[in-house]
Amino acid sequence: MKVHFKQDEPDNANRLDGMKQDVLGKPVSRVEGLAKVTGTAPYAAEYPVANCAEGVLVTSTIARGDATHIDKDSVLSMPGVLAVIDDERLTTRAAQGTANEAPKQGPRQVCYWGQPIALVVAESFEQARDAAKHLGVEYREEGGAPLDPASAETEEQEDETVRQGDLAQAMRDAAHSVDVTYTTKGHASAAMEPHAAIAEWEGDRLTVHASLQMLNYNISELADALGVEEENIRLVSRFVGGGFGSKLGISEEVVAAALAARELGRPVRVVLSRQQVFQCIMRRSETTQRLRLAATSDGTLTGFGHEALVSNLPGEEFAEPVLQSSHFLYGGENRELMLMVARIHRMTAGSVRAPGEAAGMPALEAAMDVLAEKAGIDPVELRLRNIPEKNPEEGLPFSSHTLAQCLKQGADAFGWDSGPRRPRQRREGEWWIGTGMASAARVHNIAEARARVTLRPDGTALVETDMTDIGTGTYTILAQIAGEMLGLPPKTVMVDLGDTAHPRGPGSGGSWGAPSIGSAVYVACKAIREELAAKAGVAEDRLELKKGATSDGQEIGDLLGGKDLVREGHYEPGDIEDDYTASGFGAFFAEVRVNAYTGETRVDRMLGAFGFGRVLNAKTARSQCLGGITWSIGVALTEALEFDPRDGHLVNCDLAEYHVPVHRDVPDLEVAMVEERDGAASPIQAKGIGELGMCGGAAAIANAIYNACGARLFDYPMTPDRVLSVTAD
Amino acid sequence: MRPFEFTRAPSLKEAGSLTAASDSMAIAGGTNLLDLMKLQVETPSRLADLNRLGFAQIEDTDDGGLLLGALATNTETAVHPRVRRDYPVLARAILAGATQQLRNKATNGGNLCQRTRCFYFTNIDQPCNKREPGSGCGAIDGIAKLHAILGTSDQCIATYPGDMAVALSALDATVLVSGPGTDRSVPLREFHVLPGDTPWVENVLERGEIITGITLPPPVGGTQLYRKVRERSSYAFALVSIAAIVEIADGKFTRADLAFGGLAHKPWHDPHLADALVGQAPSRELFDTAADILLEDARGYGENDFKIPLARRTLHAVLQQAAEDAA
Amino acid sequence: MAEPITVNGTPQPIPDDPRVTLLDFLRHDLGLTGTKKGCDHGQCGACTVIVNGIRINSCLTLAAMHEGDSVTTIEGLGTPDEPSPLQRAFLEHDGFQCGYCTPGQICSATALLQELAENWPSDASEKLEGSIAITSEEIRERMSGNLCRCGAYANIVAAIEEIAAGETA
Repeated sequence: MKVHFKQDEPDNANRLDGMKQDVLGKPVSRVEGLAKVTGTAPYAAEYPVANCAEGVLVTSTIARGDATHIDKDSVLSMPGVLAVIDDERLTTRAAQGTANEAPKQGPRQVCYWGQPIALVVAESFEQARDAAKHLGVEYREEGGAPLDPASAETEEQEDETVRQGDLAQAMRDAAHSVDVTYTTKGHASAAMEPHAAIAEWEGDRLTVHASLQMLNYNISELADALGVEEENIRLVSRFVGGGFGSKLGISEEVVAAALAARELGRPVRVVLSRQQVFQCIMRRSETTQRLRLAATSDGTLTGFGHEALVSNLPGEEFAEPVLQSSHFLYGGENRELMLMVARIHRMTAGSVRAPGEAAGMPALEAAMDVLAEKAGIDPVELRLRNIPEKNPEEGLPFSSHTLAQCLKQGADAFGWDSGPRRPRQRREGEWWIGTGMASAARVHNIAEARARVTLRPDGTALVETDMTDIGTGTYTILAQIAGEMLGLPPKTVMVDLGDTAHPRGPGSGGSWGAPSIGSAVYVACKAIREELAAKAGVAEDRLELKKGATSDGQEIGDLLGGKDLVREGHYEPGDIEDDYTASGFGAFFAEVRVNAYTGETRVDRMLGAFGFGRVLNAKTARSQCLGGITWSIGVALTEALEFDPRDGHLVNCDLAEYHVPVHRDVPDLEVAMVEERDGAASPIQAKGIGELGMCGGAAAIANAIYNACGARLFDYPMTPDRVLSVTAD
Repeated sequence: MRPFEFTRAPSLKEAGSLTAASDSMAIAGGTNLLDLMKLQVETPSRLADLNRLGFAQIEDTDDGGLLLGALATNTETAVHPRVRRDYPVLARAILAGATQQLRNKATNGGNLCQRTRCFYFTNIDQPCNKREPGSGCGAIDGIAKLHAILGTSDQCIATYPGDMAVALSALDATVLVSGPGTDRSVPLREFHVLPGDTPWVENVLERGEIITGITLPPPVGGTQLYRKVRERSSYAFALVSIAAIVEIADGKFTRADLAFGGLAHKPWHDPHLADALVGQAPSRELFDTAADILLEDARGYGENDFKIPLARRTLHAVLQQAAEDAA
Repeated sequence: MAEPITVNGTPQPIPDDPRVTLLDFLRHDLGLTGTKKGCDHGQCGACTVIVNGIRINSCLTLAAMHEGDSVTTIEGLGTPDEPSPLQRAFLEHDGFQCGYCTPGQICSATALLQELAENWPSDASEKLEGSIAITSEEIRERMSGNLCRCGAYANIVAAIEEIAAGETA
C-alpha cells in the first residue's frame, strides 16, 4: 500500500522525539561498515560477471571541431580487440544532476579536449587500453575556440539578478566600505572510485552495475541515451566510492558499456582512467567575484553587492550558483547581485560538493574580514550584527536560524580571542601564527522520495529504495529512523539501497538525501504504526514500541498475525519549499602557521560549529562535517585545476598534480553540532549536512593567513607562491 | 601498456645485453617506469627485470664511506643506521620524497633515473621535445609552475623531480655503472645533464649500462639539512628544495656544500656558492650574496617566476637555520 | 616454470600477460576486489597491499615481478566475522565514509604499526635515530600516501592512534 504525504506546513510535532527505541541521533556505527573495512563491499566494477569484455574510452585531442574519421581497422587486428564502438548514441559529457534526459551532443562533434569519441573493447583490460591509444582518429579542427573565461562571451543568469535600492550611493555614504575582487580556481570532485559500469543484456533487458548518485534520474537519462524503455533497465549502485557531484548525472562509461554489450552480445565493463575522470566528467567552474560591502560606523550593512563570473560549455544550463547564500546571509537594504556565465570550451562545469557556496562563501567571508578590520570590529561581532530577521530580498521568514548560536558556541569552543585584531602578532621561529573565522551557510534542499518498508513477523524490518549511500551514511540513518519508529534495534532493520527495482528515492545530491529519503521512510513507518495501533487498539500517537514490542508487552510479530506489513512511503515537499528560506548555518574557526621564508601555510587546528536541524546520527553527521572542513582546507590552500591556455586541455589531470589534501594537511578538527528541530525543513526536522562543512571554511583559513603574516590575498588557493608575493620576510 | 617481453635478468652481464637494444629497458622498482608505460610515454618492447641481481647491499667502503646498492630500496637506505647517523641529509631527502609505499618499492638506481613530472612530457597528446624530439615544448608558454629556472634551453624547461639525488649531490656521491665494455664511476654531480638541444638525454648512461651502486665519501659531519618547499605538507614534488651540509668554526663557514632541487633539469650544484660562503661569517648580506650567485642566470617562464624569490628566501632560511644549529 | 605468488596464504600462478599489474592480478584474476584501483599510478594509495611484510602500491608493480613473494591483502587481514583490531577501530571511529580508500588505508596502517615498532623515521620525526614517539603528526605523515576524498582523515588517525597506543602499552 502506498502512502503519500505532501508537506505544506511545518511539522513541529517532533514525533521522533517521543519514540521509545532511543536510537535516532545516537552515534551508531555504520551498518555496512564491516563490509567496507574488510574489503567485501562490492563497488560497480567488482561484480563477478562471466565472459565480461573490457572497454576503454578514446578521447579527443582537440578542443572544438569534428571527428571526421575513425579508423577502426587501425586496432581491430590487434590482439584481443573485439570492437570499436562509435555509435551515435555514445554520450560525450556527463549529464547535469537531475537532468532526467541524456546530453544531446554526439561523439562526432568535439566540444572540449579530452571528450570521449569512441570505445575500444577487447578481451582484456591491457589489450583494450593499448588499442585505445592506437585508434586512428582524424579531426576537422574548428580553431579559435574560446578557452579563457576572462575574454569569452558572457551571458547573464537573469534569475540570479537582484537590484534593490542604490548600492553605489550606499557605498559613497558608507562609514566603511569594501570593494574587493576574488578569484577561485576550478575544482575536481576526485571521488576515490573512478567512474565504472558493467552492462549486461538479457534479451531486451539491460542491467548495469554503475557508480552513480541519483538512480531515480539516471535511469531516465540512460533510457533516453539508448532509446530504450525505462522498464527494460535496471541500474544497481549499492556501494558508491564517493560522488561529490561527479556521479549525479549519467556519465559516458555507462552508456558506452551498454552499447558495447548490446553490440557484442556479452557483458562489457568500462572503467574510466583517473585522467579521464578529471578530463571528461565535471569541473567546478573557476570564479571571479566582486564583493561590495557598505556599512555604518557600527558595522551594520547598508549595502551588499556580489557579482560573479563563472564559465561553462556553450549550451549547458548549469551556472555555478555562487550567489546562493549571498541572497540571504546578511542584511543590507541596497543590494546588487549578478551572475554571469562565460562560454568556453573546457569540460562541462557542474556540481562539485556544495556547488555555489563552496566558491561564493570563501569570497564573501574573506570580504567580511576586510570590513571587520576597516570598521575595527571583531569579525564574530560584525556577523552577529548583520544577521537579518528575514530574507532580505524575498522577505520570507527563515525556517530556522542558528548562525548566531553557531558563532557564539564556536567562538567559545575554539577559544576565540575577541580583542582587537592586528596581523603579525605571533611568531614562533620561522612561522607566523594567526587565527581567522568565517560564517557557514548552505541552502537546504529537499526532494520527492519513495521508500518501501516491510515489517516482518519475526520482528525485523526491511527498507527498500533506489536511494544511494555514497559514504554519507544513508544505510545507517534509515535503519535508525525505521528502528526508532518501529521500536527495533537498527541491526534488525535491513536496508537495501541502490537498485532501481525498488521505489524511487531522491538520489544523493545537494545534501538533500537524508531529509528527503528519511522523510519517505518516516511516512512509511508512520503508516505501519497506524496499522499496528489499530491492531493493538490504541491511537497511533499513544503507541509505544520498543525492542520489538508494545509497552504492554505485545510482540510485533503477534500483532502482524504472521504476515508481512508493507507500506510504501511517498514524501513530497509542498508549500514549505516556497514559504520559507531554509538553510543550514555554521561558523568556522581556524589557526594557521605561515612560513615567513617560504609562504607555506599549515592549518594547526580548525573548528566548525553547525546547525542543520535534527542530528540523525551523531557519528556519521560529525564525519560529514569533518569531510567538509577537510575540503575547505583544499579550497583554501591546495586545489586548482590548471588549463592550457592554447588548447584548453586540463593539464594537472591526476592525483599527483591536482592536490587534494593528504593526511598531513589536516590537523585535529573539532565539530560542534548545534541541535535544533526545523519542522519546515522536513517532517523529520532534519536538514542536510554533506556540504555545509565546506561553505566558508576556506575563508576562515584565508583570514587566519592575514592575521598570521599580514598577507591579504584575494586569490584561492593560497599557495606558497601567492603568499610569498605579498609577504615581507 | 604496449605488449613487451619480460625477462628476469639472470646476471649483470646479461642484464647489460638485454637492455642494449634501443627498445629495451631495465626495470627495478618500477614505480616510475610502469607509471610512464601505462601512459605510453615509455614503450619498451623488452623489459629486463633486475630485481634478483643482488646488488641491494648497503655496506661500508674501504675508505670509511658507504656503498648503497642500486637495488636497495629508498626505504632500506633511509632507515639504514649509518645513513641516519652519518648522512642525515640523505635520510631526510629520501623521507621528504613520495610516500612510504613508493619508497618501499623504489630503488636507489631507479630513483636516479626517474623522469620529469612535466605535464607535457606525461601527456602523449601534447608536444614535448623530450618525449618526441622536434615536436616542441608545451611547457614554454604553457602551464609551467613546476618548471626550471636554471639551465633551461629553448627545447626544454623540465625539472629533475627527485629529492634523493639532491642530497647525493651535496654529499658529492659517485654513481657506479656497469657497462658492456667496462665499469665506470661517475660523479653524481655529472650524472644528470642539462637539456640543451637534446632534452631526451637526461643522464650519462649509455645503452646497456646498468647502475650498480652509489658510493658516499667518508662522512663529513657538520649540520646537515634538507629543506623541501611544496604545495602540500606531504606527497608533493618540490617547488624548491635544498640539501645543505654546513660547518661553522670560529664564527665562520668552513664548509657549505649546497645542492638544489626543483630548479633545473638536474640537481643543481654551483661550486661558486661554497667559494663565496666559506671563510665568511653568516649574515643576511652574505646569504644574499650566495643567492645572487645561485640565481645570477635564473630565468622565469611566467608561471614559475616565483621560484626565483622562493629560492632566495629558502636559501636564507636554510643558511640561517644551519648557522643557528651549528652555533 | 615461474614460482607462484602466495596471496593470503594461497599459492597462485603468475599470469601469462606480463603487463598485468599486481593490482589487476588481485582484482581481476583472483577476484580479490578488496584492493582498490583509485588512480592506477601510485598517487592515491587505494591499492596498498603488504608484500613480504612491506606495504607497496600494487598498481605500480607487475605481477610477474613477484614470483615467490607473499602478498597480504585486506581480505587476508580480517573478515566480517573476525575483523582485525584495526578494522574494528576504523569501524568504531568512523574512519571512512564511502569506503573505497579504506582497504588501502587499513593495509597501510597495518604496515605502519610495524614500521613504528622498528623505529623507522619519517619526515615528521624530530630525530632520525633512536625511538620514535608515536604522535598524531607521525601517523599523518606516514599515512599521507593514502588519500581519502571523503575527508575521514581525522577519524582514521584516531583509529590508528587507538591501536598504536594499545600495542605500545
